[in-house]
Amino acid sequence: MKLFEYMGKALFARYGVVVPRGKMVSTPQEAVSAAQEITGEVVVKSQILSGKRGKGGGIAFASTPEQAGEAAAKILGSTVQGFVVESVLVEEKLKIDKELYLAITIDGSAKKPVLIASASGGMDIEEVPEENIVKYHIDVFQGLQAYATREISRRMGLTGAVSKEFNKLLIILYKLFREKDAELVEINPLVISGERLIAADAKVTVDDEALFRQKDLPHVEERTEAEQKAHAIGLSYVQLDGNIAVMANGAGITMGTLDIIQHYGGKAANFLDAGGGTGEEGTAMALEILLSRNPRVILINIFGGITRCDDVANALVKVKNRKGIPVPVIIRLVGTNEDLGVKILKENGFEAYKMMHEAAAMAVKLAG
Amino acid sequence: MAIIIDENTQVIVQGATGNQGKFHTHQMLAYGTKIVGGISPGKGGQELAGLKIYDTVFAAVEEQRVDATCLFIPAPFARDAACEAIEAGVKVVVVITEHIPVFDEMEIINFARQKGATVIGPNTFGIVSSGKSKIGIPPNQFFIPGPVGIVARSGTLTYEIVGNLTANGIGQSTVVGLGGDRVVGMSFVDVLEKFDKDPSTKAVVLVGEIGGNQEEEASVFIKKMSKPVVAYIAGKSAPPGKRMGHAGAIIERGKGTFEGKVQALKEAGASIATLPFEVPSLIRERIV
Repeated sequence: MKLFEYMGKALFARYGVVVPRGKMVSTPQEAVSAAQEITGEVVVKSQILSGKRGKGGGIAFASTPEQAGEAAAKILGSTVQGFVVESVLVEEKLKIDKELYLAITIDGSAKKPVLIASASGGMDIEEVPEENIVKYHIDVFQGLQAYATREISRRMGLTGAVSKEFNKLLIILYKLFREKDAELVEINPLVISGERLIAADAKVTVDDEALFRQKDLPHVEERTEAEQKAHAIGLSYVQLDGNIAVMANGAGITMGTLDIIQHYGGKAANFLDAGGGTGEEGTAMALEILLSRNPRVILINIFGGITRCDDVANALVKVKNRKGIPVPVIIRLVGTNEDLGVKILKENGFEAYKMMHEAAAMAVKLAG
Repeated sequence: MAIIIDENTQVIVQGATGNQGKFHTHQMLAYGTKIVGGISPGKGGQELAGLKIYDTVFAAVEEQRVDATCLFIPAPFARDAACEAIEAGVKVVVVITEHIPVFDEMEIINFARQKGATVIGPNTFGIVSSGKSKIGIPPNQFFIPGPVGIVARSGTLTYEIVGNLTANGIGQSTVVGLGGDRVVGMSFVDVLEKFDKDPSTKAVVLVGEIGGNQEEEASVFIKKMSKPVVAYIAGKSAPPGKRMGHAGAIIERGKGTFEGKVQALKEAGASIATLPFEVPSLIRERIV
């Protein structure tokens, strides 16, 4: 779950990370009064779940409260990097001496958290040459120790008061990362202003699987309606823009099904993994989600392990009887209780395929 | 021969009395897995399918040798259960559970490293040494003994490929599911090293997917391998930035793409199957 910048900054402030003075607003009038409160020059930043906002016209500077209002009027409701802007953050404009980059994330191959820092802040870390980046893996049991922060600081070339501030910040940031089950905490840029270090941006992503123990975090919903419905019944669904609705059992085979559709020149409407003991009723609900988006064809690809073929067949019949299915259904059904499943399908006017590529080719043909 | 587990491997099941645990304990016994007990706190002394139930892993290892454990434990409690098995000295820990917080996964795996244990998963279908032992959840009927080792990140896609191989009369030495999460215990390289040394394995099928850089790391090792590798990578059509079912299956910031992985594997000399059903014929070409 990604947090909006203003939420990330509120979290930072709670942990003692210095952030600019600012206020999240959703109308131009509120932006004017926020700028009056802050005094001096301000920056107006679109609040969307994406980076590269500056390039997309989602960030503007203002010298007066009136200008801040105008900037907010322009940004609010506009589309930045594919997101409609619903709120902006009005903040004091910082006096910048230097910009750093700082992040903590998970390194899947080292199987440890990794701290990434660079003296070249303000740009995409992907564009910074490898030799200007400091990486430090953190032991999960020890946590980030003071000696490690001193070494990171040294490799960054930081000295004096700024170095001390930086070391303190690293300890705080790791504490936040650990306690909030974050999978990414990124500050870019981390601004050096005199002897102070200020987080000019905040990108925080929380591990979805740990949300059950992170009850005090705000809830940010990024999913579409159909994705939320599927999630509510424990299924994994991703909306795509084609016309062949897809249901399969298991993440890998669902991806493979989408690939085969593309291979034969078709376009999938979605990714839907209805595997792992979804059962008859869950499968029926999943089918209804697919139907709600009016596809041309439905392609079901089941290699039953835990998933039972008779459950899938019964679910299909249930939906047919309940609501009717106005589009062709192509179903490939093999594995656990295959004979029973195929028999149920036959009795209800469906034909079952044995091979997934044959089923996919037929679905593409019918989708036109 | 096989890798990691064989007919002598003594297995316990943690969470054996739950719904999934019960069902799959029966399935594993039917496959011939040597299960020596189940763990279910508070239910010690009961019986399940002729197996003794223990309250703790420690109680089970006091009475007999335990080589491996299979976890059917809900995600919030999986870290505790896995670490219990590792602390008690079990050397192969198969974590079937999906949706474990990533920090818990890192703690399990780093603790296992300290204690010299191997973690398979989390979020895996498990491991099968065909005809000898199965620890996990794959359907029994598709796995027959033979010369092909398989290592994969996803379950049903593996069944699909194993099913195709078996239908073509090609059996498997060992089939290993690494798990679909971002942080898992074993990498492709860890398993490929074992297959390369295993006399019963003549060729290897690598079933990868988008996300992470495991396939790229595997490519470096494949160059040095003495045995042929056939690879299939899922997710060619996946859009960037979207998590395709598995926590680890995501193209982030231009990394982990299908093209990058296929390119690296091709350069390393692996045969690439464009579609899953092409795997058996590619294996035939490489195994003669």
